[in-house]
Amino acid sequence: MRDMAHNPDSDGIWPVELDGVVFEAPGEVGAKRLIDGVSLRLEPGPLTCVMGPNGAGKSLLLRLIAGLIRPSGGEVTYGGAAEAGKNRIAFVFQRPVLLRRSVAANLDHALKTYGAPRAARRGRIAELLALGQLQAFARQPARVLSGGEQQRLSMVRALAARPALLLLDEPTASLDPQATAAIEALIRQVAGEGVKVVLVTHDRDQARRMAEEIVFLHHGRIAEQAPAARFFDQPRSPEAQAYLAGRLLL
Amino acid sequence: MQDFWAAIGEAVALIAAMNADLVEIIGLSLRVTLSAVAVACLIGLPLGAVLAVGRFPGRMAATVLVNALMGLPPVVVGLTVYLMLSAAGPLGVLQLLYTPTAMIIAQVILVTPIIAALTRQVVEDLHREYDELLRSMGASRSGTVATLLWDARYSLLTAALAGMGRALAEVGAVMIVGGNINHVTRTMTTAIALETSKGELALALGLGMILIALSVIVSAALMGLRSSAARMAYA
Repeated sequence: MRDMAHNPDSDGIWPVELDGVVFEAPGEVGAKRLIDGVSLRLEPGPLTCVMGPNGAGKSLLLRLIAGLIRPSGGEVTYGGAAEAGKNRIAFVFQRPVLLRRSVAANLDHALKTYGAPRAARRGRIAELLALGQLQAFARQPARVLSGGEQQRLSMVRALAARPALLLLDEPTASLDPQATAAIEALIRQVAGEGVKVVLVTHDRDQARRMAEEIVFLHHGRIAEQAPAARFFDQPRSPEAQAYLAGRLLL
Repeated sequence: MQDFWAAIGEAVALIAAMNADLVEIIGLSLRVTLSAVAVACLIGLPLGAVLAVGRFPGRMAATVLVNALMGLPPVVVGLTVYLMLSAAGPLGVLQLLYTPTAMIIAQVILVTPIIAALTRQVVEDLHREYDELLRSMGASRSGTVATLLWDARYSLLTAALAGMGRALAEVGAVMIVGGNINHVTRTMTTAIALETSKGELALALGLGMILIALSVIVSAALMGLRSSAARMAYA
């Protein structure tokens, strides 16, 4: 099968490294650190799940990796560079943000933004529609699709530029099991094609199904980072043990 | 009261007969208004978008200024444009005073702040929603503005129509800079003012009816457009 998601040319961002990254809410001097000295190295390969209780800083961590927010301290580097370069990292938000256009026009807009030439766009749109099983909806307004279809569109739109790193912020949080399964299948497919996936989830079952590596956050710090099997069978940090046992983490 | 109903009857007859003077006045009014709104859109839409999206010193002051200019008194605008275009004024050499172009200039000055201020509000709201997405896609500043303007198109049409309403109903400024010259710069509003002062109520009423009808048509078109846009989740 043709590789529809991954662009080998975009591999220059590795490793993505966070070195002592701190994030405080802007404008609040002396405010609580929402991300507190996180150091993390991301390499191509295992599907990484970021887990943790509400307010642990999972979504913030993802935004810091994407460069959507700047750290208050520490640094994020991409292959040693301060910027990842265009089209290397794609982001899928918990709540799909779709343009007020048709499904195909949403994809066309993304491709245009990524600088794809007009001649190449049409074929690529057809590929992406097929990847998301959205061919039947190509001409429909994107925002009238069901939640699952909207999130599939968000996913394939994020893949339009063939990114090296795909960041997913709880993409199935508000979806039913069937729509969740479709998104998970899509994630497995793109991960299988060589795209590094970092998935934020608070769903332990989903993490068990999907993850090869777990980064467990608590109070803005990495409490534990481990291969998924080891993390679920023998969590070492007291925070992860409590979380997996379903105890309230404060 | 009898005079009133007689005038109404005459006005209806003028409209039904498509009286040549009436048609000429309506044509000029629409030409001036539509031209002014088109130019005001060309200036006001990007200006409003830049105020919504841009981060530059003085942005807040510029926003306050644009909002304040929405309430510009038409007669003051008319007087200013008159002084600029009069023979002794800095633009007198252009000889535009008492021409439809002078009326268009005055209306552009009146309408642009309305369109810019409404555009800023609409685009700012949409930008809040799209900001992270567009930044995650690496969209350029100009690409962001273009995306926001296109996706806000139905709301921006409302802004343009609000400007059109102001231009169509405007009388003070166009009277000063146009001079209300028959067959040259006489618009619906200036004709209504003149005919009323002469006691010729039929033409004034006929023009008034046309103005109200245009307003109803514009509102109905707007409602239809917005409801179909909402149905497609484009609004």
